Amino acid sequence: MKVAAEKIPFNVEEIRKDFPILKRKINGFPLVYFDNAATSQTPRQVIDTIVDYYSNYNANIHRGVHTLSQEATDKYETARKKIQTHFNAGKPHEIIFTSGTTHGINLVASGFASILQKGDEILVSALEHHSNIVPWQMLCEKTGAVLKVIPMDQNGELLLDEYEKLLSKKTKIVMVNHVSNTLGTVNPIKKIIDKAHSFGAAVLIDGAQAAPHIKADVQALDVDFYVASAHKMCGPTGVGMLYGKEEWLKKLPPYQGGGEMIATVTFKKTTYADLPHKFEAGTPNICGGIAFGAALDYMNAIGIDEIAKYEHQLLEYATKKLLEIEGIKIYGTAKDKTAVISFNIDGIHPYDIGTIIDKLGIAVRTGHHCTQPIMDYFKITGTIRASFSFYNTTQEIDLFIAAVKRAKTMLE
Amino acid sequence: MSNIKEIQEEIVKEFSMFDDWMERYEYMIELGKSLPLIDEKYKIEENLIKGCQSKVWVHAELQGDKLLFTADSDAIITKGIVAILIRVFSNQHPTQILESDTQFIDEIGLKEHLSPTRANGLVSMIKQLKMYALAYQTQLN
Repeated sequence: MKVAAEKIPFNVEEIRKDFPILKRKINGFPLVYFDNAATSQTPRQVIDTIVDYYSNYNANIHRGVHTLSQEATDKYETARKKIQTHFNAGKPHEIIFTSGTTHGINLVASGFASILQKGDEILVSALEHHSNIVPWQMLCEKTGAVLKVIPMDQNGELLLDEYEKLLSKKTKIVMVNHVSNTLGTVNPIKKIIDKAHSFGAAVLIDGAQAAPHIKADVQALDVDFYVASAHKMCGPTGVGMLYGKEEWLKKLPPYQGGGEMIATVTFKKTTYADLPHKFEAGTPNICGGIAFGAALDYMNAIGIDEIAKYEHQLLEYATKKLLEIEGIKIYGTAKDKTAVISFNIDGIHPYDIGTIIDKLGIAVRTGHHCTQPIMDYFKITGTIRASFSFYNTTQEIDLFIAAVKRAKTMLE
Repeated sequence: MSNIKEIQEEIVKEFSMFDDWMERYEYMIELGKSLPLIDEKYKIEENLIKGCQSKVWVHAELQGDKLLFTADSDAIITKGIVAILIRVFSNQHPTQILESDTQFIDEIGLKEHLSPTRANGLVSMIKQLKMYALAYQTQLN
């Protein structure tokens, strides 16, 4: 019988103690970290896992006969199973370790080069991060396939009617993010997946921004590919996951050649290893993979739903406070959104605000957030983006609001 | 007319009077407002400085044997940074511009207090001003 992880009652002050970085001072001010959509901070439990790996069982995996190698292999494969459980994949070998979301997308896009033919169509949404646009443009250049865009409205919600009109028998794959990194929109991916399937098209969901807030069930979604990064969910950078349905992963050719991904090699012919190793050439980020597992344990002990509920309170509080500032415009007003607020203040460049509030200890992101098409849609060059995590507090939001007001006074 | 070194020393002295970075930024914003603005007709793609995250346009023209710079930016702090550079380099002989160093930027701590993207932008700005100096020096010779 499986023992369910013990649930910790949600207590933000206790949670904050797990994050050593939150004690930092920036220019003499306490750090207020609101750049969580770019990368999340790391709890002690994950840091300890990394230290433990390098202190006690650092070794190369899968091939060694010695104890350390076996221990490292066990922990790495256990981490894969944790990811499998978290995303409810049917089989552990449907989880491929990647260096992150971008790697996962490129792996699939590269594989589709052998599937697409001239005149085939692929769809991306207007909300995508550059990393879910550019690999597909490259694929189109290679294959002669045509890239079409699912449009959005002023709230940052995708136009599903338009989406349906774009679908046809020519559509081979559809790419949509589960959550927009710039606007926070939660997309209705189940509907999008079902519609695509009715035309025989595959679907890749970029879950990078959703994974820290929403537990995706890949079987219930019936999604073909789902990608995410560990560093946005309390894990380390440089590691991520690709879920692919077994039948798809068998169909796609290997992405990179090398060690680990082969069955036999002769100079005449090489046969490839079974899943998941076929897509995991070379020595992987072993420590990162194991720490990814530890990060999932950490988040699940608190509970993703609990996290989402608390973050939503932060979102509502911050939105209300921001709207009190004269001249503010918030981009992304979808009914269903995560704790991300993109905004501008009339006549002030986002960099100026970002620079000033950094001096007051507040970390936000400014710029186009790797989504230039969204900026073009709103006819702006950039926004200030504050993104909240479950270790943030309303007191921090008050500090942030005061800093923005002070910057505004200076810059006007 | 002060030479480049003297102006740089003047700026270092001005910045040392402030207690904290907020005051320095307030001063930079003030400086930005005093920037000799570029004529709208020169706000073109070729005059945009690459490497800046905010838009920066710089125009240079010779007056006698001195190089005059005008500029603009869509961000005020960037404008302040350009204003500092222009105060140092404008109305100087191209050879002097080319021979000058930019040690003063480290002395006022400007570089370390800018985000990496801005710091890169700063390097690009200095490079661009020196490129103009080089081009006009050739013309003068």
